[in-house]
Amino acid sequence: MDFVNQLQRKFIDYSSSLHREGIVDDQFTQLRKLEDENSPHFVMEVASLFFEDCEKLINNMAIALEQKQGVDFKQIDECIHQLKGSSSSIGALRVKNACIAFRSFSDGQNREGCLRCLQQLSHEYSLLKNKLQTLFRLEKQIVAAGGSIPRVH
Amino acid sequence: MARNGGVAWMRTTEKIDGYDLSTSDTEEVHVLAVDDSLVDRKVIERLLRISSCKVTAVDSGRRALQYLGLDEEIQKKETNGFDPFFYCDFQGLKVDLIITDYCMPGMTGYELLKKVKESSAFREIPVVIMSSENVIARIDRCLEEGAEDFIVKPVKLSDVKRIIDYTTTELREGELREGARAKRRGINKRKQREGDDDLSSSPPSTLSSSTSSSPSSSIQSATAPSSPSTLDSPTRRLKMTSSE
Repeated sequence: MDFVNQLQRKFIDYSSSLHREGIVDDQFTQLRKLEDENSPHFVMEVASLFFEDCEKLINNMAIALEQKQGVDFKQIDECIHQLKGSSSSIGALRVKNACIAFRSFSDGQNREGCLRCLQQLSHEYSLLKNKLQTLFRLEKQIVAAGGSIPRVH
Repeated sequence: MARNGGVAWMRTTEKIDGYDLSTSDTEEVHVLAVDDSLVDRKVIERLLRISSCKVTAVDSGRRALQYLGLDEEIQKKETNGFDPFFYCDFQGLKVDLIITDYCMPGMTGYELLKKVKESSAFREIPVVIMSSENVIARIDRCLEEGAEDFIVKPVKLSDVKRIIDYTTTELREGELREGARAKRRGINKRKQREGDDDLSSSPPSTLSSSTSSSPSSSIQSATAPSSPSTLDSPTRRLKMTSSE
């Protein structure tokens, strides 16, 4: 039981740090509240859909920005809009903010600016993915050890 | 609570009158959720299920119309003598509420709203719009077109609970009103179908006393308007005035 408590403590601390660092915001907590015995890994499931979405959109934007004949800023804008939407829905605060910053460069049809923003966005995405995967690993360890996932806040 | 008491009474009436007053097979509200984003669909589905709703989630306005049976192509085929039952896979359970994203490729949520409100069969279904953009002009346009409510994303459980609460109230009140109206007309569907004479024994005074009590129960429930006056929602007002 002590082992489970340790894991749970670790989980709570790590979760709090994600909020402190602005990696996730209150919407992430809202999604946690939707978990129960029937759906104990809901957040993990939504996150993995989000990761797929994010990777696809970042990839599409990279390709669009590479086009020598001319960048389709409308497509870039569409990608940013989608990514901003889903990052907002999952509570991925820094990714969402990176999208907001990106939008102003895309609006200005500034290719160089867009490339920098895309780099920043990729960085924020990687950070989020690594941290959430660490959190979800803890989650799985707790459940495997017979404990329950602490409900934070 | 008065509202719960009203519901219990209504269920008894259903049995006595034999009217098929239920909007679906169970007490649950059936929501058609429309969003092109997979992440958002997963979230809205969960929010609705937790709020005890049946959910059908589709990824476009076009699919939503198909589900309702409003898709023009299918209608064309039906008028050309095609067997409509062949297309019944597209259609499903009666929908009590539509909740749709505004920004979608192809048909926007606004266009979907218009199509639903233009249809004589489905215009009574409340439509709620969701949008990440808190733009007053957009909100006004949707409300003017007949949207029941407008939620700014990200959608929270409190948003969904509020909408389901007043949808449920309006459904119950609609059924009570419909029952009262039918009673006054002396129309008795079951009587016509099965030649049953028992129904005139239900005292009309019981029905009218419950009809007069239903407005008070909706007043007690502060978030549930008894008529679709869409501007009254306090939460929407708050969302409209708060900045992103």
